Amino acid sequence: MSVLVFVEGLNGEVKKSSLEAASYGSQVAQQLGTTTTAIAIGDVQEAALAKLGEQGVSKVLYDGDSRLNQFIADAYVKVIAKAVQQENAKVLVFSNSNIGAAVGAKLAVRLNGSLATNVTALPTIDGGSFVVTRGVFSGKAFADVALTSDLKIVAIKKNSIDITSGGGSATVENFSADLADADFAVSPKETVMQDTNGGVLLPEAAIVVSGGRGLKGPENWHLVEDLAKELGAATACSKPVSDMDWRPHHEHVGQTGITVSPNLYIAIGISGAIQHLAGVNSSKVIVVINKDPEAPFFKAADYGIVGDAFEIVPKIIEAAKALDK
Amino acid sequence: MKILVCISNVPDTTSKINFTADNKEFDKNGVQFVINPWDEYALTRAIELKEAKGGTVTVLNVGEADAEPNIRKALAIGADDAIRVNANPKDAFFVAQQITAVAKENNYDMILMGKESIDYNGSQVHNMVGEMLGIPSIVPAFKLDLVDDNTAVLEREIEGGKEVVEVKLPFIASAQQPMSEPRIPNMRGIMTARTKPLAVREPVGADVKADYVNFSKPEKKSGVKMIDPENAGDLIKLLRNEAKVL
Repeated sequence: MSVLVFVEGLNGEVKKSSLEAASYGSQVAQQLGTTTTAIAIGDVQEAALAKLGEQGVSKVLYDGDSRLNQFIADAYVKVIAKAVQQENAKVLVFSNSNIGAAVGAKLAVRLNGSLATNVTALPTIDGGSFVVTRGVFSGKAFADVALTSDLKIVAIKKNSIDITSGGGSATVENFSADLADADFAVSPKETVMQDTNGGVLLPEAAIVVSGGRGLKGPENWHLVEDLAKELGAATACSKPVSDMDWRPHHEHVGQTGITVSPNLYIAIGISGAIQHLAGVNSSKVIVVINKDPEAPFFKAADYGIVGDAFEIVPKIIEAAKALDK
Repeated sequence: MKILVCISNVPDTTSKINFTADNKEFDKNGVQFVINPWDEYALTRAIELKEAKGGTVTVLNVGEADAEPNIRKALAIGADDAIRVNANPKDAFFVAQQITAVAKENNYDMILMGKESIDYNGSQVHNMVGEMLGIPSIVPAFKLDLVDDNTAVLEREIEGGKEVVEVKLPFIASAQQPMSEPRIPNMRGIMTARTKPLAVREPVGADVKADYVNFSKPEKKSGVKMIDPENAGDLIKLLRNEAKVL
């Protein structure tokens, strides 16, 4: 028996969200008195995988098939299913990414497992019962869910588990699921990565700086971008801003956009319509900057500044520059 | 072209979320229900494809009778007929099994739904159905076009980018903005929806694998701390020393 963690790589490194998943998996393994194995694929260096020992992983299975650098659901499922069987895994941990949620759902069917996505806390394990907490109602509530199958599959909401450290080094073993061409039948014709200007990808970001209509036009976005750069943050926007094509759709957070849960969300010139709040309300700390003191967003904020963004944001950028990083 | 669109009946975005006294169930009291906003993108795109290429759009809901006003709304927007599987949807696996059972009896060319429901936020059902039926699932897609009668091209979001995927029919896809511009039903649509077929069937025996045992609400924020705009730079100090997020 073991706990198996699926690890995603990006540009040779392990993704931050996968470090969170590994930290989660190791803590579950401790509760169960077993060990943690990781299954890794794609573009990631062996040295980065060995460092997963810090998070308590003892062994990493690595399938370096370069065809796996792209997300091909059927191929991923086959690789992970083989690892589950080889390791006799009873708990399978993903990050709640587009990949983790998708592959987790397919594996739940194929391996007859119980699946919980959007998981926000470590499980309560009591005898045979395994109960996890997951976010529901778009951040307005939590649900405790008992996973009743022999195999429990969880996908961990980003930024909800602290990355642990202090473990040792993990051994890295080559692993292959003998994939055939048929496993890659549904493969992308074209992949286009967003240009983040060397910045941070929105779904992974610990800090998000977001702008709304109060910024008056796309030509003023340097305020958002400069502050984000100083803080090592990703940039985002409200729905009206993406609807007006001031910013691309993939930056739109809210009910019908991306849901984010960073440690810090800074909203500039966003009034805080309930649809916007649904996408950001599980952020740990929310800062609202708005010239309207009646803006509903202040009710959901931890820190607020009433005033003109064009005067206030430069002051914050100056203070951030002076910060000892 | 036969398209199946799966819709969820969910509390309106603006609803206050409450649970029954023992926190075991969602309290529907006083809550306005709507078609899941993500599903509306799927529904509208299906209707657009039907208008361009011909065919039928069937809507499917796994839910109890109180979902019927929103099923009728989907018919008013332009779906041709509807199926309601008469069950309280217990978990994603249960719902996926109901959809799969309906799909197996009808050869749909594509099955569409939203990328997730705004109530349980599971984002599981589409991939489960794809796996159960052994057809590709393209999620979450924001663009869907037909190349010819047998082939579709989709664009889907991946972590940090997008992919263009060409796929043979049949397939399943989940929709998100900006796949289409959701429509408001017109008076003619509302009138004709009344007489469109809405079949009710009983659920297939299905396992529940995720048992919802308790609900809770997040702790209330302690209140907002206002900062003098003249000293806006103090925010950075507070974020580092007090909130400890920098």
